[in-house]
Amino acid sequence: MQIIPEQQARERIALTIARYFDGRARQGQLFINLGVGIPTMVANYVTSPHIFIQAENGMLGVGCAAPEGHMDHDLINAGRTCVTETPGCSYFDSATSFGMIRGGHVDATVIGAFEVDQHGNIANWIIPNGKQLGVGGAMDLVSGAKQVLIAMQHTSKSGRPKLVKECSLPITGIGEADMVITEYAVFTFDSGRLVLRELSPEITVEELRTITEADFELSQGAALHKT
Amino acid sequence: MACEKYRSIEAAIALVNPGARIMVGSFGLAGYPRELIEALATSGTRDLTIISNDLGAPGEGLGKLLTNNQIRALIGTYYNWNPEVAVANNEGRITVQLIPQGTFAEAIRAAGVGIPAFFTPTAAGTELAIGKETRQFHGRPCILEEAIHADVALIKAHKADELGNLVYYKTARNFNPIMAMAADTVIAEVDEIVPVGELDPECIVTPHMFVDVITTRKD
Repeated sequence: MQIIPEQQARERIALTIARYFDGRARQGQLFINLGVGIPTMVANYVTSPHIFIQAENGMLGVGCAAPEGHMDHDLINAGRTCVTETPGCSYFDSATSFGMIRGGHVDATVIGAFEVDQHGNIANWIIPNGKQLGVGGAMDLVSGAKQVLIAMQHTSKSGRPKLVKECSLPITGIGEADMVITEYAVFTFDSGRLVLRELSPEITVEELRTITEADFELSQGAALHKT
Repeated sequence: MACEKYRSIEAAIALVNPGARIMVGSFGLAGYPRELIEALATSGTRDLTIISNDLGAPGEGLGKLLTNNQIRALIGTYYNWNPEVAVANNEGRITVQLIPQGTFAEAIRAAGVGIPAFFTPTAAGTELAIGKETRQFHGRPCILEEAIHADVALIKAHKADELGNLVYYKTARNFNPIMAMAADTVIAEVDEIVPVGELDPECIVTPHMFVDVITTRKD
C-alpha cells in the first residue's frame, strides 16, 4: 500500500466525483449542491455545461470562486466564499432554497463526513467536545437530496478508519449515504449493503480492509476499476 | 420624503424592547442590517432572544451583541463561525436552540403564512429530534416542528420604494424575505429609498404590506 499525500488525495476525490457527474450529465441536466472542503473542489473539475450548482444560502448557478479584486461579500456560497455568477443564475430566499432540497429537486449533494457506517448512517455535523455548536444545512441536505455522495479521506488524520461498523458520533441522517468516495476507493450502498466499486492502483483489496472497519462486499459482474 | 414608514436608525432601533424576540436576516456577514445592529449594540438593550442563522463573527456583526452581553437566548442553525457562542453556552450565560437550516427557514415561513406547525423528514432519528413528536408519512419518519415567530424582525434589503416594497441583492437576500413575514414589527434597513413606481412590480420580492418601518444608513 502506497500512502497518498493529503493534497493529492483531496484532488483525486474531487476529480473522481466530477467525472461521475460529467458522466451522469450526458443523460440530462444535473442539479448539485456542494458542501465545504473537498466537495467545493468538485466545481473546479466538472466540465459539463449541463451541471448547475445550487448553494443553500439562496443561489442556483454558482460559478467559480471570485478572483482577487472581484470579490463581492454579498455574493457568497454556503461556505462564505465569494463566488461568481454563471449565465442564467438566480437568487431566492432560504425557504425556497431548502424547498428545492427537501422537495427532491436537487439531484445530488456532496458532503464531507467524520464517519460513515456500513448501514449508510452519516455523522458529519458535530464532534461533542464543547467547542462546536451548529448543524447548518447538513441534516436537510442528507435527507432531502435525491443522492448523497460522501467525499472524505479514507482515514482520519490520526489514521483511524472513517468507514466504520457503527457511527460513534451523533448522526446527521439514518441510512442516507448512497456513495462514498475516498482517495483509495469508491463504494456504493446497494439495498443496504456496502459494495466496493472502484479501487485505486496504490492499494489491494486486502490492504483496503485493514484501513476500513466497515464490512464491504466486492461488486459482482464488473471488474474493479482503476482510478 | 414622502415615505410615511421612514424612521432614523436610532428611532427604528428604539422599537426594540429589553427581552424582545428579534429575528435578524443574515448568512455569515452577508445580508444583515449592519446599521441597525450597530445601533442595537450601542443601545445596550439586554435579555434579547436572537433568531438568526448564525451569529456573525466574534465582535463582528451580530457577534457584537454577544460580546456586549445583550443576549439571553439564541435560536438558529450554525454558530461555528463565532466560537464565543459555544463558550457562552458552556458557561450557562445563554441558551441555544439548534435547528436544521431548512427546518429553521420553513418554520419562519410557516409563522409568516399562518401555519402553526408542520412535519418534516429532516433530522428524524437524530439528536435534534429528541422530544419531538414523530409520525410516519409515505413510510418515512417525520418530526413535528413548530413555526417560529418574533416580536421584531430586523431585515436588510437593497432598495425600498416609499411604500415599503422591497428588492434584494444577490445572496444578501437569504432569510430576509421570510423574516419580513414572521414578526409583529418589521424594520427594513435599505441601501436606497426610491419613489413609488420606480421598482418593477414584477421584480418586487417583499410587498409593502409586510413592512412597518424603513430606515437607511446615516450619511
